[in-house]
Amino acid sequence: MSLAGAISLQFLADGLIAGATIGLGAIGVTLTYSILRFANFAHGEFISIGCYLTLTIAGACGAWLPASRATLGDFSLSCGVIAAALLAVPLTGLLALGLDAVLFRPLRARGTPITAVIASFGASLALRALLELAFSSRPRYFTQELQIAIPLGFGVRATPDQMALLGVTAVLVVALHVILTRTGTGRAMRAVSENPTLARVVGIDVAQVIRLTWLFGAGLAASAGILLGLVVQIRPTMGAELLLPLFAAAILGGIGSVPGALAGGLIVGIAEAATVQFAGAEWRAAVAFLVLIAVLLLRPKGLFGRAD
Amino acid sequence: MASMSGMLAYGSGFVTLALVSGIACLGLNLQWGQTGLFNVGVAGFVALGAYTSALLTTAPVAGRLGGYGLPIVVGWTAAMLTAAAASACVGAATLRLKSDYLAITSFGVAVAVELVLRNAESLTGGNFGIGSIPRPFERLSPEPVAFGLANLLLACLVVAGAVLVLERLLRSPWGRVLRAVREDERAASALGKHVARYRLEAFAIGGALMGLAGAMQAHWVGFISPDNYEAALTFQIWTMLIVGGSGNNWGALLGAGLVSMLWSASGLATGLLFPPEDQARAAALRIVAIGVLLAVMIVLRPRGLIGERLGVSRHLPGVR
Repeated sequence: MSLAGAISLQFLADGLIAGATIGLGAIGVTLTYSILRFANFAHGEFISIGCYLTLTIAGACGAWLPASRATLGDFSLSCGVIAAALLAVPLTGLLALGLDAVLFRPLRARGTPITAVIASFGASLALRALLELAFSSRPRYFTQELQIAIPLGFGVRATPDQMALLGVTAVLVVALHVILTRTGTGRAMRAVSENPTLARVVGIDVAQVIRLTWLFGAGLAASAGILLGLVVQIRPTMGAELLLPLFAAAILGGIGSVPGALAGGLIVGIAEAATVQFAGAEWRAAVAFLVLIAVLLLRPKGLFGRAD
Repeated sequence: MASMSGMLAYGSGFVTLALVSGIACLGLNLQWGQTGLFNVGVAGFVALGAYTSALLTTAPVAGRLGGYGLPIVVGWTAAMLTAAAASACVGAATLRLKSDYLAITSFGVAVAVELVLRNAESLTGGNFGIGSIPRPFERLSPEPVAFGLANLLLACLVVAGAVLVLERLLRSPWGRVLRAVREDERAASALGKHVARYRLEAFAIGGALMGLAGAMQAHWVGFISPDNYEAALTFQIWTMLIVGGSGNNWGALLGAGLVSMLWSASGLATGLLFPPEDQARAAALRIVAIGVLLAVMIVLRPRGLIGERLGVSRHLPGVR
């Protein structure tokens, strides 16, 4: 009895942790979709790139400044990795801006948004191949240290890293939600998402809104990648494998809704963990597809979305 | 003399495979080029065709379902029907929604198909795939040149048949409605056209061509495994269409030829330039090159090398 109870609660905890990562990525997808009006298939690569940038910067830090390799308190991460993460997030945002300038902006100017989807698909494969070229497909880790999971009661265990991951996710999502709902910048972003032409007419700087969308979306994707790197192997395909869950979560939550994307991410994450527990790990990737189909058939506007 | 016949056998094999990619590209041209339907799961539909035909035509194997030893033509027909049915299901679920939802769902189909190929071992052979798939004109195989040329002729005939049917369809009222749907969905439906039905039909026929391409490639190579049907395949077919010219069947075929050539040439080059231990990385370089080619084409020459000839009907010259 107690064993069965422990197992069923542990999958909830695992799902919550995976779902937080999916949610962070899905927020970027939902922002890009509602403001730039296309499904960005390269979003998964922002996740991988954020993770590899952190790894590279932390490696360089460790070489120059051996003291940065010391771990921080109960966490398995070194100060170097944490500093690198703070750098990698804005860098990934800048990379997204660069990609926009060479690829997506010319397409927007021509007014063919759907072509942007195939362009992003091409960019996704090219970026992933570049990561493979630079880092090979050998799995990497932020740290080789083992962490002991702490019992939290009700038979649930989590490592300090995992708890920090949930905390960081909560802070990021609340911050973005406040920006979007309480500031002028956020109002401008929502206005462009509602009606770009009207937004331009009333004097909103649409180009600025687009830049912010990329910065926020790619920055959150990078944080998702860094958090993901704590729990799984770091490989060039890590982000691409998350792409379908990201889309499923964004559509489930309702396109354009930040809290919806997080809720969608948590639901997909928990459903995946349940599948791993009850059907076997090999079918995990099918969950996102089933969620996607169910939402499209039953409630295409999602949980918190607006009807078209 | 021996090298001459070797070249001939290699050349005919290469052209056969390029033509087979061309068939998938024709299917994508019907979906995207003519109707504006966005399929990011091409590899999944190609894989469905390949596995359907392989399961029906191979000899029975202990521990695996399928293996009915049926004639190849039955396998190819079943491949088209399976891929068309799968396309119709995807279309029915998503075609009434925004266009990006079809893109996302078709991508999901490709992921789901790959998952089943890898995990449903009793049906698909898992990661090892299915071997000993019967090849057309098998009894000619001791003579590589005759064997290669016979298969090339068969591929030419199938491509010619597909182009003939597609060109007829496009010039028919049906084809005009497709382009009307692509250009202005609301206008088409205001004229009383059942937009969703036309889209579904185009998506299913396009899917059938992808399934046929998958089956033909499986039977030419004789062996299939999940690794053949990853996202890179979808990407190759898309690049073929964009490079050649979306909306034009001849553009689709030209693109298939050019990208196939580029792909083999880059494979040859990386094989010569990189030591064996770096081959995996060199393969990544080829994907980057194709990705850059696609991006450059989309941005600089979106109509492709030979784009669509714009016009309402040959009976109305000059009307666009």
